Amino acid sequence: MSLTYHLQVVNLLAALLLLIAFAMLSQRRIVALITLLAWQGVALAASTAIVAWSTGQHHLYGSAALTVLLKVIVIPWYFFRLVRRLEMDREVEPMINVPTTMLIGIALVIFAFNLALPIAQMAGTVTRSTLGIALASVLLAFLMMITRSKAMPQVIGFLAMENGLFFAATSATYGMPMVVELGVALDVLVALFVLGIFFFHIRETFDSLDLKHMEKLKER
Amino acid sequence: MEIYWLLALPFAGGAVLALWGHRAGAPEVNAAFSLATLIGAAALTLRVIAHGPAMIGGHGWFFIDPFNVFLVALTAFVAFTTALFSRPYMRIEADHGRLGAGRLRLYHASYQIFVGTMLVALTTNNMGILWVAMEGATLATVLLVSLYRTPAALEAAWKYFILCGVGIALALFGTILLYFAAEKVLGDGGTALLWSHLNGVKAQLEPTVLQLAFIFLLVGYGTKVGLAPLHNWLPDAHAEGPTPISAVLSGLLLNVALYAVMRCKVLVDGALGTPLAGNLMMGFGLLSVLLAAFLIKRQTDVKRLFAYSSIEHMGLITFAFGMGGAVANFAALLHMTMHSLTKSAIFFAVGHATQAAGTQAMADIRGLVGSHPTIGWGLMLGTVAILGMPPFGVFASEFLIITTTMHAQPWATPLLLLALGVTFAGVFGKVQPMVFGEAGLPRLPHQPALVPVFIHLALVLTLGLFIPAYLADWYRQAATLLLGG
Amino acid sequence: MTAGILLQLAQTLLALLLAPLLVGWVNQCRAWMLGRSAPPLLQPYHTLRKLLHKDVVLAHDATSLFRFAPHIVFACMALAAGIVPTLANDLPFSPAADVIALVGLLALARVFLALAAMDVGTAFGSLGARREMLIAFLAEPALLMVFFTASLISQSTELPHIVERLAHQEFALYPSMAFAAVAFWMLSTAENARIPVDNPTTHLELTMIHEAMILEYSGRHLALIEWAVALKLFTYSALGIALFLPWGIAPRGDWAALPLALLVLVAKLMLGGAALALLETLSAKMRLFRAPEFLGTAFLLAVLGMLVHFLLEV
Repeated sequence: MSLTYHLQVVNLLAALLLLIAFAMLSQRRIVALITLLAWQGVALAASTAIVAWSTGQHHLYGSAALTVLLKVIVIPWYFFRLVRRLEMDREVEPMINVPTTMLIGIALVIFAFNLALPIAQMAGTVTRSTLGIALASVLLAFLMMITRSKAMPQVIGFLAMENGLFFAATSATYGMPMVVELGVALDVLVALFVLGIFFFHIRETFDSLDLKHMEKLKER
Repeated sequence: MEIYWLLALPFAGGAVLALWGHRAGAPEVNAAFSLATLIGAAALTLRVIAHGPAMIGGHGWFFIDPFNVFLVALTAFVAFTTALFSRPYMRIEADHGRLGAGRLRLYHASYQIFVGTMLVALTTNNMGILWVAMEGATLATVLLVSLYRTPAALEAAWKYFILCGVGIALALFGTILLYFAAEKVLGDGGTALLWSHLNGVKAQLEPTVLQLAFIFLLVGYGTKVGLAPLHNWLPDAHAEGPTPISAVLSGLLLNVALYAVMRCKVLVDGALGTPLAGNLMMGFGLLSVLLAAFLIKRQTDVKRLFAYSSIEHMGLITFAFGMGGAVANFAALLHMTMHSLTKSAIFFAVGHATQAAGTQAMADIRGLVGSHPTIGWGLMLGTVAILGMPPFGVFASEFLIITTTMHAQPWATPLLLLALGVTFAGVFGKVQPMVFGEAGLPRLPHQPALVPVFIHLALVLTLGLFIPAYLADWYRQAATLLLGG
Repeated sequence: MTAGILLQLAQTLLALLLAPLLVGWVNQCRAWMLGRSAPPLLQPYHTLRKLLHKDVVLAHDATSLFRFAPHIVFACMALAAGIVPTLANDLPFSPAADVIALVGLLALARVFLALAAMDVGTAFGSLGARREMLIAFLAEPALLMVFFTASLISQSTELPHIVERLAHQEFALYPSMAFAAVAFWMLSTAENARIPVDNPTTHLELTMIHEAMILEYSGRHLALIEWAVALKLFTYSALGIALFLPWGIAPRGDWAALPLALLVLVAKLMLGGAALALLETLSAKMRLFRAPEFLGTAFLLAVLGMLVHFLLEV
């Protein structure tokens, strides 16, 4: 245990990221989910910035700024607007009850930690031990997408997954090359734009954003 | 230089059509841009044939070798013929009142951008950009799948978006792991994700990391290939989207995704020195083949039927690539070409058939040969070709795959033969009454575009009868590249 | 040694005296935040004095259990509050301040309270007891998990060692403690019958838990129980301080640090009480059947804390 303080802070933020991922799993209200997503973005950006500062990897400042801009400001703002315009702020029960989901979540975390352990030992970065947390938050977000039947929580789960992936990139490799990060950010933006259009189409056609209406296409 | 033209043209086309895509001449503009792209692709292909593999751009942003240039040429070609087909098809849809001007504009612009992203994915040397382009290709087609805005179309598009989004997110994790392994050998910065650099040092990459990376990459990109058990989006997206999109999804996008998997496999094989990657691919491939074969029997919707046939063929190709070896790779590449050409031809014919019948339910499409002889014969010949009847090219490639399997993986032969037999019975039994049988479908308001159907089928037939020496040589070169030589 | 015992007694006495004040402070903060006029800070002392002077009214069916339960509960709580390090570390009784023993002590008090509630045989009593036991059986393992996370770091289940390790050795941030802290907070609200699990001010039969158990008590019995409740809140606050904010507790044998330690303790209690009041005002009481979910979450967070410890801190 001879890490410098700022790396301890990174570890703490990593733990926070995981904590928020769990909070999302147990959250029933869409507005609260969006707020949690924004906070996850804050934790992500803060940890990226600290890693950038402590290792002198200057391009990471760029990706921290990008995270703040996209995940803390633009996306939550856009989602809040959508929620207001589509009037979808209600409590939504997940398809599997919350305690069961949480138990599965714990199992996923153990799995992720075990999976990441051999890799983390190989990493040359000082933040390597957080790789397991990153993988765990990816899997938890995945779980959230599976257990929700509404469009909005699924998308929030998708973005939380993206957060976990970004965290993995910073913790294992000090971030991807800038070109790739910009490309990923562009994709996220386009995806949001497409989604926005899409939400209105779904709403127009089904008169609700509940995906339970969307179960016609099944193999019979 | 050709490559910049090649990549700029579709995006320029997308921009132009985003502004004028609703005008009367838009389908022709769409086809013209596709033709220009095809010419660019041809020029690039000629250059690679003359000068061999090349890295282009500042730090080698693009990398062209026989493997991807063959797919570039195929992509540009099918994109062009599909644009020709979509000309009358979209006009008829508009006449039937299923699409307004705004949606036509969306369709044309997205079509060009979709082709552009696929070309970027094929030519880029950077594994990160490959990921970005793959995701871009998904996003470009989501709104196309939901073009008709029917409940079923929206559901299909949502499924497509979410499933492929999740899949591609897993692939991103794989890419991160790949970069993680590469960075230790190549140092950090932009060059550590360049495939040509990675290929040079693949033996030094950390095996444990690459093993995990490949699992994520295979599952991720495999979702887009339509490999079971993550194939769910594919039949829905094919059935509910407009038919030209079904044709390019089946004929091109699946290939591009498989191309991404293969690029990764070459690296992983070099690092691992074990057949793990191949075994995984064989497993997923075989599972897809079997699953699709048995689901085909249950289909009632003609486009779903052929979508499942695509899953089956992609499974077969994945299986062949998984076996590895020069002959298997050769057969897989050949089958990729044959499947692309044949399946898009079938979707062209099916598209007009469903327009004539006004439904996609196979029970209501009857006697095409009587009322629309060209459509009927096109569909029949295409079906015969895709089922692997000689003398079509699909027979040649499937035959090669089966004989290689007998040598390399004898245990899988009965399973493959069973699947092919079941598919034959399923598909032929359903298509036959659609083509022959009581006539009585109304005429179409526009002359259907059947030239592309017959061009494709003629090509497949020719390649089945004999493969020109330079083409065979080209395939052989690509197959050797995939061995990691 | 004698000095140590004196200090130990002083610390216990301080706990007994400060506990009602803490309750008064929380009530005052809450009133301020709700925009009501606040009761005086010393109100809990007045209530206790008033109750101590009143006569005890016993039910006809009450057995001796009913009569001596308040004494046991009070004794347990006083002992617990006395041995948790608040002012100074490593006092003579502190080997008893083992976290497992502490959980047992709290459980003992709870069992007697629940038995006494059922003793009279009223519907409310047994209803409250049943609900209390439901919450307890979920909260206790979670509480143990929180303690285990802390003891993984210090390699000991004795509170003085934990405090020693966290406060007086090289400073380090422990991510696992972040999880443990959140879990501990959730558990404290449940164990102390605060919002969102229970509401200490309500007597609504559908929702009350703790109040239902003590409905039959009066006079000095009620005074003892009220005081024990205050002591419980104090104990939990002291536990939270010892585990998560241990800086300022005087190290072994350092007499000069005591005045400062007292000041720091009061400041931390004030802050903690204000935070409790704030969170209580912000959250709504949850339905009873959500309580297991709430406590299950706390348990999972504590388990996560342990997992994170193994990942990040070994």
